Amino acid sequence: MVETVRSALRLTAVDPAAARLGLAPGLTLADARARIPDLAVVDADPAADERFLDRLAGLCDRWTPLVALDPPHGLALDITGCAHLFGGEAALRDAACARLAGLGLAVRASIAGTPDSARAQARFGRTALVAPGRDADAARRLPVAALELPGEVTTALSRAGLKTLADLAGRPSTALAARFGEALPRRLDRVLGREDRRITPLRPLPACLVERHFPEPLVRADGIEAVLAILIAEAATLLERRGAGGRVFEARLFRTDGAVRRLAVETGRPSRDRAAILRLFRERLESLADPIDPGFGFDTIRLAVPVAEPLAAAAPDLDGRAVEREAVADLVDRLATRLGRDRVLRFVAGDSHHPDREAALVPAMGPAPPGQVGWRPAEPDEPPARPLQLFDPPQPIETLAEVPDGPPIRFRWRRVLHQVARAEGPERIAPEWWRDGSDEPTRDYYRVEDAEGRRFWVFRQGLYGQDTPPRWFLHGLFA
Amino acid sequence: MAARPPLPAALRRLAGWTKTAAADAGGRVALGAAGPDGVLGGGIVRAALHEIHAERTADIATAAGFAVALALRAAHPSTPDAGARRPILWVRQDFLDVETGGIHPPGLAELGLDPGRVLLVRARDAGGVLRAAAEGARCTALAAVLIQPWGAPRTLDLTATRRLSLAAATSGVPVLLLRAAAEPAPSAAATRWTVRAEPSRALDANAPGYPVFEVRLVRHRGGVAEQQWRLEWDRDRGCFHDRTGLDRSGHAGLAPLSRPVVPLPADRSGSPRGGEAAGFRRAG
Repeated sequence: MVETVRSALRLTAVDPAAARLGLAPGLTLADARARIPDLAVVDADPAADERFLDRLAGLCDRWTPLVALDPPHGLALDITGCAHLFGGEAALRDAACARLAGLGLAVRASIAGTPDSARAQARFGRTALVAPGRDADAARRLPVAALELPGEVTTALSRAGLKTLADLAGRPSTALAARFGEALPRRLDRVLGREDRRITPLRPLPACLVERHFPEPLVRADGIEAVLAILIAEAATLLERRGAGGRVFEARLFRTDGAVRRLAVETGRPSRDRAAILRLFRERLESLADPIDPGFGFDTIRLAVPVAEPLAAAAPDLDGRAVEREAVADLVDRLATRLGRDRVLRFVAGDSHHPDREAALVPAMGPAPPGQVGWRPAEPDEPPARPLQLFDPPQPIETLAEVPDGPPIRFRWRRVLHQVARAEGPERIAPEWWRDGSDEPTRDYYRVEDAEGRRFWVFRQGLYGQDTPPRWFLHGLFA
Repeated sequence: MAARPPLPAALRRLAGWTKTAAADAGGRVALGAAGPDGVLGGGIVRAALHEIHAERTADIATAAGFAVALALRAAHPSTPDAGARRPILWVRQDFLDVETGGIHPPGLAELGLDPGRVLLVRARDAGGVLRAAAEGARCTALAAVLIQPWGAPRTLDLTATRRLSLAAATSGVPVLLLRAAAEPAPSAAATRWTVRAEPSRALDANAPGYPVFEVRLVRHRGGVAEQQWRLEWDRDRGCFHDRTGLDRSGHAGLAPLSRPVVPLPADRSGSPRGGEAAGFRRAG
């Protein structure tokens, strides 16, 4: 692999065969070609590497939820408390290596007490399994390069005759820090397992997690649904015990060939209603643009509740309104699952007198946004002052007005001429200079009714006697 | 075997959409105007599907206004089992926003409907509209379901309307199918209305008045003959008024509504003097 480093094409990675021929990362491509003329090179693509590593992380999710990227090309899995589910640490390591090797990868894996210790063992050592509490002993045989310090420090160490970590382990850290820099004693502590560093998992740990492994892969769609029903019931029991309800439920289907399919449903309020959640999953399965392809089957199905909120046991109120509210919230959840969250909406009043900003649409799921202003009440004994339907943007019309400042006597909209029979106005709506700037012209609105009885909301933008003549627009339709 | 419902009950359920049996189950929604209520035997059937056609594409807003008014009647406190605060589900096809403008919530408030009660569902195509509507029509906690597809999609056939009609009969929620740019086709709706805008009764200074709908009852499952009314929506009382007797200028029989008139000086700061300059009406 080659990449442009410091204005020259240099090797960034070599395969074992090339390494045997004496090539090493850092060599310029010209030099390498001079030594081996028929060298096969590929452009390095770090972004693709990163994507691939991310997919691998998803695959490793099946062994533990705590998977972290370990740059540049490693993965760190926190298997605390998980190993016994897979027959012990050695069996888990073997299973992971076998599966990754099955994808055509060269894998080196080690299990140790701390992430840095395991990383050093995997990259520089031979120990597959470090016994608990023996991190320091195992690390003593590693070369100083395992500290992964900058090149000059490593060189300086070997010039000083310090070849392995055993040579460093016994020395006072202040002396090492004074000679080789602050970083050395800290790295040393970590690799020797004296200091534990927490890994940052790619996905936050869910509030609740249940899963099923199958000795025989599951291929039928109705089987998936049945398993989901069991998992939902288990998760609901767990949530109930904690007095919580889930807002998001996420199912992960791990296929035998390593592909991972994710399905998530969301509820408007905390829920642990088994039937309702299963119904949402059913909706989701039905409305998938690309149906689930079982391939050779799924061997693990996991249900996680990433977001949970407190939910007290429901107390029915006397008039049954709570039941109705629940029913509506369920309906909203179902529709949002089927059509998408941004398609099930409700109106909120905007704090503005400008027609375009008087109201906004927000997803109907979840609580109402804070700071709600109320709707302006209709004036009693007056016909509607605002149209039922509003065009965005307003539609330009050609008008003929009797007097410059009056309402139009006829106007043409969408190639149809309308004779104005009745009109009322103007109602001047000034622009909001604090939002639009001071250049925005004022609008004079008229309610007009044409000879056929259709009622329109039209406005004149700008004033007569200014540089630009005013223009007329149709903004809305009354009932 | 034991779980199967007894045959008569199943038959009754099947017959629900053909007979008027469902009518008595959920009651009726009165329009509040003597003319149509008398002819319809107290109003339209609550637990049923009703079809409202805009006579021409330009009448969509008017037809929508009529549908909103009907939905409000269905939730009116005077009708039994009203549930005045229940939400109204409005399923709309996206294309309508381009063609006729989006729903303007203050305009809903001006018709008497609190916009906070509206659940708006936007669907990309008619199929989505029908699926969402079928889901909504089954929910008993709604005041009404408004369905607004565009044109005459092939999915909206007799079977689809029958399904909606059955759902409405089961849940007891009125389902209003609002159609535009569509020829009337066979459907399972209990009634079919054609709505057209009609000149309103002018207020002082020739200002447009309350919304007036020219509604024609084209089809009625109970066998009521085709009939036509001119209805005016009164937001403050939440009912329709029958204005069928009026001519188009709105002056027959009834004088224009009297109201305080305020002269409007050029600087708009004058105090009301009453009646001298009747050219302006207090606005806003």
